[in-house]
Amino acid sequence: MENRLFVCSSPHLRDSVTTQRIMLDVIIALLPATAAGILFFGLRSALVIIVTVAASVLTEYLMRKGLKREQTISDLSAVVTGLLLALNLPPSIPVWVAIVGAVIATGLIKQLFGGLGQNFMNPALGARVILVVAWARQMTTWTEPFIDAVASATPLSLLDASATATPLGANYWYSYLDLFLGKIPGCIGETSALAILLGFVYLLFRRVITWHIPVIYTGTVAVLTWILGPEGLFTGDPLYHVLAGGLLMGAVFMATDYVTCPMTRKGIVIYAIGCGLLTVLFRLYGNMPEGVSFAIILMNIVTPLIDRYTIPVAFGGEKGVG
Amino acid sequence: MALKWVFRGGVPAPHRKNTVESETSVINTPEKVIIPMVQHIGAPCTPLVKQGDTVKVGQKIGDSEAYVSSPVHSSVSGTVTRVEPMLYASGKMVMSVEIKTDGKQEVYDDISPPEIRNRDDFLKAIRDSGLVGLGGAGFPTHVKLNPPKDKVIDHLIINGAECEPYITSDYREMVENPSGIINGVKLVLDYLNIPKAIIGIEDNKPRAIQLLTGLAESDKRISVQSLRSRYPQGAEKTLVYTVTGRKVPSGKLPADVGCIVLNVNTVSFIASYVETGMPLIQKRVTVDGPVVNQPKNVNVPIGTSLQELFDFCGGFKSTPYKVLMGGPMMGIAQYSLETSVIKNTNAILAFDEKEGDLPAEWACIRCGKCINACPMKLMPLELNRLVMANKIYELDRYHILDCIECGSCSYSCPSKRHLVQSIRMGKDAVRRVKKT
Repeated sequence: MENRLFVCSSPHLRDSVTTQRIMLDVIIALLPATAAGILFFGLRSALVIIVTVAASVLTEYLMRKGLKREQTISDLSAVVTGLLLALNLPPSIPVWVAIVGAVIATGLIKQLFGGLGQNFMNPALGARVILVVAWARQMTTWTEPFIDAVASATPLSLLDASATATPLGANYWYSYLDLFLGKIPGCIGETSALAILLGFVYLLFRRVITWHIPVIYTGTVAVLTWILGPEGLFTGDPLYHVLAGGLLMGAVFMATDYVTCPMTRKGIVIYAIGCGLLTVLFRLYGNMPEGVSFAIILMNIVTPLIDRYTIPVAFGGEKGVG
Repeated sequence: MALKWVFRGGVPAPHRKNTVESETSVINTPEKVIIPMVQHIGAPCTPLVKQGDTVKVGQKIGDSEAYVSSPVHSSVSGTVTRVEPMLYASGKMVMSVEIKTDGKQEVYDDISPPEIRNRDDFLKAIRDSGLVGLGGAGFPTHVKLNPPKDKVIDHLIINGAECEPYITSDYREMVENPSGIINGVKLVLDYLNIPKAIIGIEDNKPRAIQLLTGLAESDKRISVQSLRSRYPQGAEKTLVYTVTGRKVPSGKLPADVGCIVLNVNTVSFIASYVETGMPLIQKRVTVDGPVVNQPKNVNVPIGTSLQELFDFCGGFKSTPYKVLMGGPMMGIAQYSLETSVIKNTNAILAFDEKEGDLPAEWACIRCGKCINACPMKLMPLELNRLVMANKIYELDRYHILDCIECGSCSYSCPSKRHLVQSIRMGKDAVRRVKKT
């Protein structure tokens, strides 16, 4: 036969964006927060980050090999998972605990459910929650920025009467400037609002995410913490709640995880408001000072349900039944 | 005129209109042509000639009793050498007539301008001319122009969007024969008693907009509307919406919202047929693609082989890996260069392996880009997932039959998933289930 021609279904033209490029963009967007963490908490946090990322990638490699599936580490998603997990760990976390976390995230939550795109909750957050429960002390031992000393309290625990580590620090508050820059005790990557916002702007600029989830999520938390203030209605400090703790990190990098958030506009609004409601519920009325991880994971779990009931009406179509 | 309605979704596909300045050239009469008996949507024609017959230019060589069908005419003068199923552009075997040309191009004796006194004469003339939608779908025009009596048509929409990359055959018609387009529009408005015509053209063709706007001033029923250049602006449903704000309901036709949509080439052919009586026997085709030596627009006798057309354009720079009939977003990949140009061919494109190869699929990351790209507001990734899991009965809930196969979802997918391909399979399966 003469020259054989290649035949396939249309379209025959593809956009240049790849999954790998999107993952690379997320990594780039996380660099300011990573740098801030290393700046504030020293080289120990660099060690935690490197080990966690390496453990995540190695876990993915071994799992794919063991499960006899094609290798996927080149899509960079394991790097993203490892980096996100590391940035959500305290700087003083024992390295072996971080490794256990990476194995849980990539091995258990992601690969055992089928790999990229199949996990039902954010792997990094899921692993973090398991670590918080299983290694409660290590996961809540905080370091003061710039000095290698155990911190008495995090900004959020100061607000929380039921938190255990309050007495020593209860007589001072962190300034908004320190909260914004990140000069406060906390997880490696979550303290600097400035660094996270830089990453947010980059993700928006690269069109990796839209503003909807971060803004609606943060906005819901701000409004509710203002209304439900400690001294009666409308006495809360929303700015403090937005800047302290893991809210911005969660809203920008975790809640927006493609795999575990809804896909339609309507679904995204429901999901983001839900994240905000739950975060406030856990923060103000829960036993722990923080609630972002639990809130996002719970909304991850209801995402398939949200998707199912927000199927868009087709162009020119009639309203469908759920 | 300001845009009043903007369709949602779509993709900023590259334009790559390399042949905009390529004035239409005429190919030498090929040594043989292969004319398929199906070049339209509808019943196939029965050949009216047999091996050994001599035929002339414009002679009818195939017709059908069916209403939704369109007769086929010879584009050359010569001798019929074969009447048998041959490879067709879709990849199937279709009854075709092969004619060896004599080079004289003698015109058939009966060719004369049709006598038209009323609407019925007009519709009959259009059927006789063999005209089908030249924009790509190939739906018989006399059927389109004759909607059911209960549908009141108040808008004739002329599609000059030409949103597919590479293709410029509509553009060349608009700049080379704008008066033909306006004359055709007037004929349709007159005989069908439609009060208003709007010619929609994407704003990346300012010269076409300018020329047609100037000519349209003579008739206040006709106006020209500049359209945003975004794929798939020229799809029937998005065009109707952009121009009138009306949404063609799911599973319905533009006539259901009072519109008839015709391609610019279709409407200007009407004018030419009414004037000369020469049926549809040639077609302007954009020949382009990275491996074609001299991309150009060519006026081609229907039935000319792709090989002949590429040879006329200076042949290939390197061996073509993939050859398309139509644009890169919706065109059909060809099995062979022996297939021939048909009535609704608007482009022939040839690609090398780098551009033509099918990218490998990665896992879906549910980024939702396909949802944002879909002009029909579907969820392509869910359709893809359900088709691959063979959950045919769930596809309806995700409105699979509303897919227009424009390719925007696959285009935008970062994981390069074969979304349209799977949705086609799913549509087919759903239709089969619905039949039983």
